[in-house]
Amino acid sequence: MKSENGERRIYLDNNATTRCDPRVVEAMLPFFTEKYGNSASRNHGFGWEAEEAVEKARTQVAAVIGADAKEIVFTSGATEADNLALKGVAEMYREKGDHIISVPTEHKAIIDTAKHLESLGLKVTWLPVDKEGLIDLDELRRSITEKTILISVMAVNNEVGVIQPLAEIGKIAAEKGVLFHTDAVQAVGKIPIDVNAMGIHLLSMSGHKIYGPKGIGALYVRRRNPRVRVSIQMHGGGHERGYRSGTLAVPLIVGFGKACELAAEDLSSGEIERVRKLRDRLLDGIRARVPESYVNGSLTRRAPNNLNISFAYVEGESLLMGINDIAVSSGSEDLAHTSIRFGLGRFTTEEEVDYTIERLSGIVSRLRELSPLWEMAQEGIDITKVNWQGH
Amino acid sequence: MAYSKKVIEHYENPRNVGSMPKDDPAVGTGLVGAPECGDVMKLQLRITEDGVIEDAKFKTFGCGSAIASSSLATEWVKGKTIDEALAIRNTDIVQELALPPVKIHCSVLAEDAIKQAIEDFKRKRAVREAEPAPAVKTGA
Ligand SMILES: Cc1ncc(COP(=O)(O)O)c(C=O)c1O
Repeated sequence: MKSENGERRIYLDNNATTRCDPRVVEAMLPFFTEKYGNSASRNHGFGWEAEEAVEKARTQVAAVIGADAKEIVFTSGATEADNLALKGVAEMYREKGDHIISVPTEHKAIIDTAKHLESLGLKVTWLPVDKEGLIDLDELRRSITEKTILISVMAVNNEVGVIQPLAEIGKIAAEKGVLFHTDAVQAVGKIPIDVNAMGIHLLSMSGHKIYGPKGIGALYVRRRNPRVRVSIQMHGGGHERGYRSGTLAVPLIVGFGKACELAAEDLSSGEIERVRKLRDRLLDGIRARVPESYVNGSLTRRAPNNLNISFAYVEGESLLMGINDIAVSSGSEDLAHTSIRFGLGRFTTEEEVDYTIERLSGIVSRLRELSPLWEMAQEGIDITKVNWQGH
Repeated sequence: MAYSKKVIEHYENPRNVGSMPKDDPAVGTGLVGAPECGDVMKLQLRITEDGVIEDAKFKTFGCGSAIASSSLATEWVKGKTIDEALAIRNTDIVQELALPPVKIHCSVLAEDAIKQAIEDFKRKRAVREAEPAPAVKTGA
């Protein structure tokens, strides 16, 4: 893909956001200038056609997670969905208990919401993850008390793509009579999700991670077996069955619906297998050319679009500077390791992957030639034992 | 972050990359920074008996500005006397490379690296001068 000034640039940051699929944009367009009615307007055609479009989208969104359309609450994105789930459950089930279980590797939208609830007096248990990034189910079981009302564990991690054992968590939640919420933002369209088979009670999703528009998402709230309720976090006109007031963003919802339809197709059409092959090609290419590169998180229990690799003895900013025509995300850096997150996607091509391998391996070797730490490591010096003076 | 043209130029074509034998009495080595801080610079100077820097080499683990600062430092010290090299201030580097405030520490490191390398050279020389001349080996 070319940038405005005609320079080549490659987008491999699809865990951060995605390009809107042209089919999504096409579906949305009429709802700006022709079918611009308020879906809550009950007495004219403009309102009816908007409502019809919203309900169609609701069905599309529900379908990708195996839910019923009535269980979908549209929100402004997954951040809001996460807030509604945690705060809504905490408030609604206050009588039953005051204990929530979550994981330190969650997205900020969960972490900070849970911390806020902690500041209000709720108790939060942060389940540790192992070096693969996975939670321990026995540990989860042991953490549940009489007072536990909610387990919130993300489906797929946004940094390393690790897939948590959702069905097993759902089973434990059902056994113990605790609600199970999952932030499935990074999972939709990447791995099959079925709220019934996995025993999920609440689920957050977002449009812009699945080639839909930004600013739209949804919270799935189970209606049967058991019926789940969340207390209102946005008061007003009573939209979305009272759960979330505010005039519906019809064009965004239509786009989100279309994006969900396409995401479901990715799973059945072989598209996601194409992405997995590209991801593996990227990994194999890097491994073949760059010694001392390590994959972060489980490779086997991992979403097919994500790769997160650490490069030893190379500093992060200088690495990104050398591949500035490739959009990636650079993660934590500890003791001279730089981790790079590659998020591949629907628009990634094999040629782009090969180019990335070329560029990246070139720049890593160049920076290692420049790196006194690499030199020391080659001489057998343990850089953790050096008496660094800092500054 | 936008880098200045000069930083990019040094990053893409760093001058005087390399290493010299640490134990060479004519070589002073400065190793500053720490991996945890994200910058480590190694600067080595080969200094003549008269105290003139005849060669300089560096290796840097750090951001583009750190690489550029050390690359520039090697360029500047070459051919200078010890005293002239010690007079180089980090602010000169900041100015030359148009470093933004968040990158000033890179220039500080480069200045420290020059000082440390010269100190190391002086220490070696002092040790050498204190030692008795090595005994002349007799043929077996
Ligand atoms: C796992 C996860 N949860 C939540 C969010 C927030 O989603 P949104 O941007 O729709 O608020 C993101 C995206 O940044 C995410 O990756």
